[in-house]
Amino acid sequence: MSSQTIEIGSNSEAGVRLSKKPTVLNTFKRDYQLWIMILPAIAVIVIFSYLPMYGIQLAFRDFDFSKGLTGGAWRGLYYFDQFINSYLFIDLMKNTFFISLATIVIGFPAPILLALILNQIRRKKMKQIMQTTVYLPHFISIIVLVGMLNVLLSPETGIVGYIMKSIGLGHINLLASTNTFIPVYVLSDIWQHCGWNSIIYLAALSTVDPLLYDSAKIDGASRWQTVRYVDFPAIVPTIIILFVLSMGGILSTGFEKIFLMQNSLNLPVTEVIATYVYKIGIVSNQFSYAAAIGLFNTVINFIFLFAVNAIAKRASNMSLF
Amino acid sequence: MGLTQKSGSEILFSIFLFLVCTIIFLIIVYPLYFIIIASISDSTLVSTGKVFLIPKGISLFGYSEIFQDSRIWTGYRNTVFYTALGTFVNLLFTLPAAYVLSRKEFKARRIIMLLFVITMFFNGGLIPTYLLMKGLHLTNTMWVFIIPFCVNVFYLIIARTFFETSLPSELYEAAAIDGCSHFKFFALVAMPLSKALISVIGLYYLVGHWNDFFTALIYIRSNELQPLQIVLRDILLSNQVFASGAGVGGDSGGYAQRYADQIKYGVIIVSTLPILVLYPFLQKYFEKGVMIGSVKG
Repeated sequence: MSSQTIEIGSNSEAGVRLSKKPTVLNTFKRDYQLWIMILPAIAVIVIFSYLPMYGIQLAFRDFDFSKGLTGGAWRGLYYFDQFINSYLFIDLMKNTFFISLATIVIGFPAPILLALILNQIRRKKMKQIMQTTVYLPHFISIIVLVGMLNVLLSPETGIVGYIMKSIGLGHINLLASTNTFIPVYVLSDIWQHCGWNSIIYLAALSTVDPLLYDSAKIDGASRWQTVRYVDFPAIVPTIIILFVLSMGGILSTGFEKIFLMQNSLNLPVTEVIATYVYKIGIVSNQFSYAAAIGLFNTVINFIFLFAVNAIAKRASNMSLF
Repeated sequence: MGLTQKSGSEILFSIFLFLVCTIIFLIIVYPLYFIIIASISDSTLVSTGKVFLIPKGISLFGYSEIFQDSRIWTGYRNTVFYTALGTFVNLLFTLPAAYVLSRKEFKARRIIMLLFVITMFFNGGLIPTYLLMKGLHLTNTMWVFIIPFCVNVFYLIIARTFFETSLPSELYEAAAIDGCSHFKFFALVAMPLSKALISVIGLYYLVGHWNDFFTALIYIRSNELQPLQIVLRDILLSNQVFASGAGVGGDSGGYAQRYADQIKYGVIIVSTLPILVLYPFLQKYFEKGVMIGSVKG
């Protein structure tokens, strides 16, 4: 403790000692308490995030219960080959792609619009109430959300089913039809997360210089024009960054919600890579095959992320890295 | 003339804004409100579309069934326990690490930060992670909820940014002259100054534990260890509404689907209530958290 005091406290003496550039090694003794504080976090990350990365080689090996994760015979690209040539491959890719594309195309602009609208509310109390309300669904669990969809959309007993019958749309089970799955999935997603996702845009809007609004007013801009020419440009950088990030997830539909909404009737459109990996790996214990499919998915996501990032860089000089 | 025209369009804009906000408000609130009134209304009236704005034919059948269902209370007890202990461990691992990474004089901070950030973009995937948990004998134990992902890198970055901006480095230097160590400084100075931050990421973690069902789906087999969300799945989605296991159309067909539905409405309320009760008080912190995090990506 006293050595710390000297180093920071007395400059004249420290001048000599610090002429040696501080490095990780020669500050180790001084900072040992900091090391103790960060060590648990490092241990957890290394064990639970990095060890599984090392285990990815399972995708190129057979899984051998007696020899552990990395002991099986080397199979190269055998399991990738098996996946690409399987009869499910086209359907899985198509389903995964369409669900995430629909989520991005419809779901991505919604929070931007919402943020622009919320930002226009002048009365503080009203804005507060609106914000509290739109963030709320984000905290509902996925199970409860899908449960809500089940009871509300049920064709026999649900209120939506009842309304559809009474306006003559007939007896349609929205949750068991291959045509209605994507709309129900995407719209309920917007309902749940649109408000929460708008926060980041609201944060960007709150940094707009008030002088800009004043000068827009002096120039005679209407409120429409202020939104169009002051507010919107202010959030464009945020939009681009988030768009690039969401393109990186083009083949990673959330597992949980699709898994929970899946039933035998809508299976032709709801079997996606993530649910298939779960079934092959966790349920049927074909570990190597499932790991290969998972890795295949990750690689395609990376390709998309880099491609979109490159395009964004070209088009607007904005880039993630 | 220009002036009146402008105020005219201004009024139009305000009306439009008000209408749009009202619609958004109703779209968000009505489904939730409907579930509340449906859970206490007569189930026949609900299923025939007679209940719209106010509960009708008050019936607490659903709730009385729920209170007798031991599965729900086991799940509730487990979830409360996992959430409390899990959130505590989350903070115990995350906050000190974030503090260390905020210290400019800590020479390894950049490399360690990189080590953490990489895991946000790349991971081993489900199967290698699953096999690791099996190898460590964490499957089918409560520890799988507590230890494995107790450091969320995104929240770690939020916390680090908060410490960087709200704890001036002079503060530590002054304390160090008085002989204060990092341990003491962290516990006696940094923590009391960071109540807003602790509430924010504590609540993020808490909600995450409360709503987590993936962990249990993959790693837990024993019924005794199942959290509330898995019980909810059985009731809400697999339609195993009645504890007796009779299910829909069981004994004498008296337990028809609409009774089951009333129980489902009730279960949704009972399971979401703790979050909904906490929410209004904590809402202001949630937003602050995102703001802190967005200062520096």
